Amino acid sequence: MRTLAWAGRRAVGLRGEAADLLRQAQTERRWSNVTLGIGIAIVGALAIAGFFASLIAPADPNALDLTQRLLSPSGKHWMGTDPFGRDIFTRTLYAIRLDLVVVLIITYVPMVFGMIVGALAGYFRGWVDAITIRVIDAFIAFPFIVLVIAVVAILGPGLKGVYIGVLAVGWTLYARLTRGDMLVLREQQFILAARTLGYSPRRVILRHAIPNLIRSNLVFSMADIVLNLLLLAGLSYLGLGVQAPTAELGSMVADGQSFLLQAWWVTTLPGVVIVVLGAGFSMIGDSLADRLGQRFGVVG
Amino acid sequence: MWGFLGRRLLHSVWVLAAIIIVSFLVIRLIPGDPVVQMLGLQATPENIAAVNEDLGLDLPMGRQVTSFVERAFQGDLGSSIIKRAPVSDIVFDRLLPSVYLLLYATVLALIISVPLGALSAIYRNRVPDQIVRLTSMVSFAMPQFWLGLMLILLFAIRLDVFPSGGYGEGFGGILLHLTLPALTIGLYLAPQLMRTLRSSLIEAIESDYVEAARSRGFRESRVVGKLAMRNALVPLISVLSINIGFLISGTVIVEVVFQIPGLGALLVQSVLNRDYPVIQGLILVFGAMVILVNILADAAYAVVDPRVRAGMAAE
Repeated sequence: MRTLAWAGRRAVGLRGEAADLLRQAQTERRWSNVTLGIGIAIVGALAIAGFFASLIAPADPNALDLTQRLLSPSGKHWMGTDPFGRDIFTRTLYAIRLDLVVVLIITYVPMVFGMIVGALAGYFRGWVDAITIRVIDAFIAFPFIVLVIAVVAILGPGLKGVYIGVLAVGWTLYARLTRGDMLVLREQQFILAARTLGYSPRRVILRHAIPNLIRSNLVFSMADIVLNLLLLAGLSYLGLGVQAPTAELGSMVADGQSFLLQAWWVTTLPGVVIVVLGAGFSMIGDSLADRLGQRFGVVG
Repeated sequence: MWGFLGRRLLHSVWVLAAIIIVSFLVIRLIPGDPVVQMLGLQATPENIAAVNEDLGLDLPMGRQVTSFVERAFQGDLGSSIIKRAPVSDIVFDRLLPSVYLLLYATVLALIISVPLGALSAIYRNRVPDQIVRLTSMVSFAMPQFWLGLMLILLFAIRLDVFPSGGYGEGFGGILLHLTLPALTIGLYLAPQLMRTLRSSLIEAIESDYVEAARSRGFRESRVVGKLAMRNALVPLISVLSINIGFLISGTVIVEVVFQIPGLGALLVQSVLNRDYPVIQGLILVFGAMVILVNILADAAYAVVDPRVRAGMAAE
């Protein structure tokens, strides 16, 4: 950053295209710093709020009180109450914790698995690679949610189905990404050197290749976290994910759906929390992608 | 060109095989006796035998595979447990609403993303670009079921300009009823198109042929609008085709929110009802849609981009 600022002052003396390019790079850098900061602040604040849910929450997340149904947001109930008289603010805090934990699991377990598969395919090439890439292609072509719903259909609605469904499908994009990087990496001098020294493939992959493959996977995982958050909330909204009465942001939105006219807050507010949390992750991902000269997002 | 398309078709055959495997496994992986699970309280010996026969579950495993594939290609997917009608009929009735929804959503996404993507590229790193990028980051994180409900709240309940759900009659009615659901999906797709358009347009604006046109004195609006834009639009085809899976995922949720009688709503309903033959059939149909769109996209690429054609001929 300091070097850039210094170069920028120097650039005052430059004219035309060079100065333009430098200014361009500087604005891009500044933009990326700002979004990274905001993203980390959002995710950090919500994670802390969720983690300390039991200390912060003013009420019991599952305590029914039918005399307190559908109260609008007030000093006592910051986000109002739902059709069962439960405090929405309290439920939101617990839901953030649940969603974050589940989403981190269904993002990073497949990432590790996908990286290993991708690294093996890219390293050994040949028939291992041919089979792997076929399997990956078929998975990627298919609508993700339909495959996960198929698994949920087999196991019955609930978190177990979501875990197994996403673990079964989610590794593929990481495997493709890692395989592509590995094909390039394996031709590089330091990998060749490690192999020439007679290190086992296991050691070359784990100690020499993986540390170089992990960064692009981490950047990609930020987009994946957002998608998994939406997937978990979506499945729970459909009644296929987290089951009542456990508080989950998507199922909380569904709770208020029939009362949209009388009580907008029941549906709206938990959804806003999803958007804010997701936007936080996507800001972090976007600026990390910028720094590594990588594209942010699932496609491309 | 035909060689290229042939290779892509071969790839599609492989994807099709994978889809058939998944569809085949859905019933057979159910823990316990799948037929008893499906029938629930109606699991009398006669019913069990009838369903076993209908789905070919009474055959030896090897025969099950061949008979499943044979029947799938003949369009015979067994009968629905709940509705007691052939799966192919039920699925076929639901096909058009989903297809219309997908097409409408794509059109809306293009209408939104092309001008904004262009704005973003032309005013690169200035205020309009940053607003567009920030909005796209936020909309990337918007759950579709929630966005749909918000649109209902605003346009159906408060302003009362669009119906809150259902599927109208006639072209006008359908168009009216599908506007909010299509917008929901379109707003999800638009940011992705916008990102692609932004980067491809920036690349085009900086390329030599655009510079050359500029130095010949063409107006900037013409240089960007006609020359650069034309090439920048081509990558959108592949973004659309790669995204078809995500688009279909979107219809599943949006159809439930807006109560549209399409394939996605049927899938959710069938999972909740444990109507496995229908789930099996839907997996095949969704898979076929993905394959079809990919083939169309490849063909469109070849038509639009002469370099692709030349590349094919060279191979």
